[in-house]
Amino acid sequence: MSVEHHIKLPEGSIEKTTTTLNLGPTHPATHGVFQNILELDGERIVSAEQTVGYIHRAFEKLAERRPLYQITTLTDRLNYCSSPINNMGWHLTCEKLLGVKTPKRVDYLRVIIMELSRISDHLICNSVVGVDSGAFTGFLYVMQYRELIYEIYEEVCGSRLTTNMGRIGGFERNFNNAVWEKLEKFMEEYPAVLKEFENLFTRNRIFMERTIGAGPINAERALNYGFTGPNLRAAGVDYDVRVHSPYSSYEDFEFEIPVGSTGDCYDRFLVRNGEMWQSLRIIEQAYRKIQDMKGEEADVYHADAPSYYLPPKKDVYTKMEALIWHFKIVMGETEIPPGEVYQSVEGGNGEVGYYLISDGGRTPYRLHFRRPCFIYYQAYSELTKGSMLSDAIITMSSLNLIAGEMDA
Amino acid sequence: MSLTNETIKDRLKGKFGDQVSNFEEPYGLLTFEAPKDLNLKIMQFLFDDEELRFQFLTDLTAVHYPGQPGRELAIVYHLHNLRDNIRLRFKVFTPIAQPDIFTATQLYSSANWMERETYDFFGVNFVGHPNLKRILNVDEMTYFPMRKEYPLEDQTRIDKDDAMFGRGPGGIVSPIDEKVGPSTVGQAGPLNTADAGGATSQDTRAGQGADEAKH
Repeated sequence: MSVEHHIKLPEGSIEKTTTTLNLGPTHPATHGVFQNILELDGERIVSAEQTVGYIHRAFEKLAERRPLYQITTLTDRLNYCSSPINNMGWHLTCEKLLGVKTPKRVDYLRVIIMELSRISDHLICNSVVGVDSGAFTGFLYVMQYRELIYEIYEEVCGSRLTTNMGRIGGFERNFNNAVWEKLEKFMEEYPAVLKEFENLFTRNRIFMERTIGAGPINAERALNYGFTGPNLRAAGVDYDVRVHSPYSSYEDFEFEIPVGSTGDCYDRFLVRNGEMWQSLRIIEQAYRKIQDMKGEEADVYHADAPSYYLPPKKDVYTKMEALIWHFKIVMGETEIPPGEVYQSVEGGNGEVGYYLISDGGRTPYRLHFRRPCFIYYQAYSELTKGSMLSDAIITMSSLNLIAGEMDA
Repeated sequence: MSLTNETIKDRLKGKFGDQVSNFEEPYGLLTFEAPKDLNLKIMQFLFDDEELRFQFLTDLTAVHYPGQPGRELAIVYHLHNLRDNIRLRFKVFTPIAQPDIFTATQLYSSANWMERETYDFFGVNFVGHPNLKRILNVDEMTYFPMRKEYPLEDQTRIDKDDAMFGRGPGGIVSPIDEKVGPSTVGQAGPLNTADAGGATSQDTRAGQGADEAKH
């Protein structure tokens, strides 16, 4: 800045041409506890340095002292906007290690829950992008339907946010009628809501001006930075774990992978919206498949794996066999084979991976979580360099940074 | 899906000979081991090779095996070839006394924070890393918490040990017999030498009880 200065600086003071700004750790615009130390030239960002770890809870260490089913509660708290996906991912990891084969109905029930979680995750992310660009209506409007999704969780497992849903081998109980009624209500009403939500934003001049070209990344850089999920797809790479390494019978469903091209906030928004439509498609297919099931198959909600799946409480009180299994499972006396497993699922933010090493003990020898958020957040300084401060805020929310997932 | 585990294995064997070893396929995922000073060369080869193209670093982490002298720390890489959709895992072992290993940040930008995390929790020194400092823990921390010598709970607690759950070396032997048992025997020693005193006090107490009963 070689402009003429009219302000007289005191003798010996160092003239600094940039401003340092601490964005976070508790800034309302960060939607979570993480800090960004921004170096600003006027309103333009010269450099950004991220600090993470404010809510680090040592999950990997904790997991080394917990039996497998107690780790489910840890996975809830990774990406807490879509905890059921993390729960299911963990159960799938255990099932892979233990060699438990789940029936088709369990897979489809899981698919329904996972896709509902994906919708609620994307819904929050996209509506928060709206909030950060000055449009609050969308956020309030869609909240009602996230609430409906949470009610479905509640009917399935009893809790809403940190769900601890399901067991190794299936679900703790069958879906009751209230679940199906609420799901039908959701399938019926939600498309119109999503359409309206899109009407509010997609061709909204202000929204487009704010998001197009903000925080872009090309496919090559995105891959190099380890992007996965909607953020990678917005850059034009059609990598989706559900298609590339199908789990929970995703290969039985027909759906498309929406992709963008520029990898900016607008494309990320469009990709997430597109994915919500696809999730609806998948839910409808899964619903049909389950409704079409006949006979014994139509009531199965867990695998036949007595040594890992907790028996129903009623049986524990009345049947010796069930009591023994219950005791053995809770005390961690059932056989756990030694082995190394990597299992990944398509989470709300991308590939959520579980790297589990078992030495045959009742607890994992080592468990590592691949948290997509943690990996792609390091690109943030590259994404925002040279952009305006307000764009940096939008970029942050459209990357869907979840502090819980970042810090494990 | 033209690329198979066999092809990858052959290509690696052809390039690095016997230096890559311990090929396994647990749950279908090709796993192998490499010497620590070759980690970058192998990654570069896997990255650049026209056929292999493992250009996506899925995951990088470490595991601590205190029972393997000279090979205490394993650094585990998960790579993915997105075009042919095939994954592989390779491990590099390093002694804990000198945990130096080449950084992968030149190849993968994503390795930056993953390596910082691995350093933070295991103390692996990634040589050439642009900014190797703690990431999730506080900067003032002086140890590497994911190493096995740092127990999560009070180490004197035995009620959560594997042996408590029928997994001990001697089958379903309760650790109480081994750990608590000997200590009571130890206490019994001196008591036995002062045998007379103990016996008399017990006798008098019994006598008192009998007296009370009479009253």
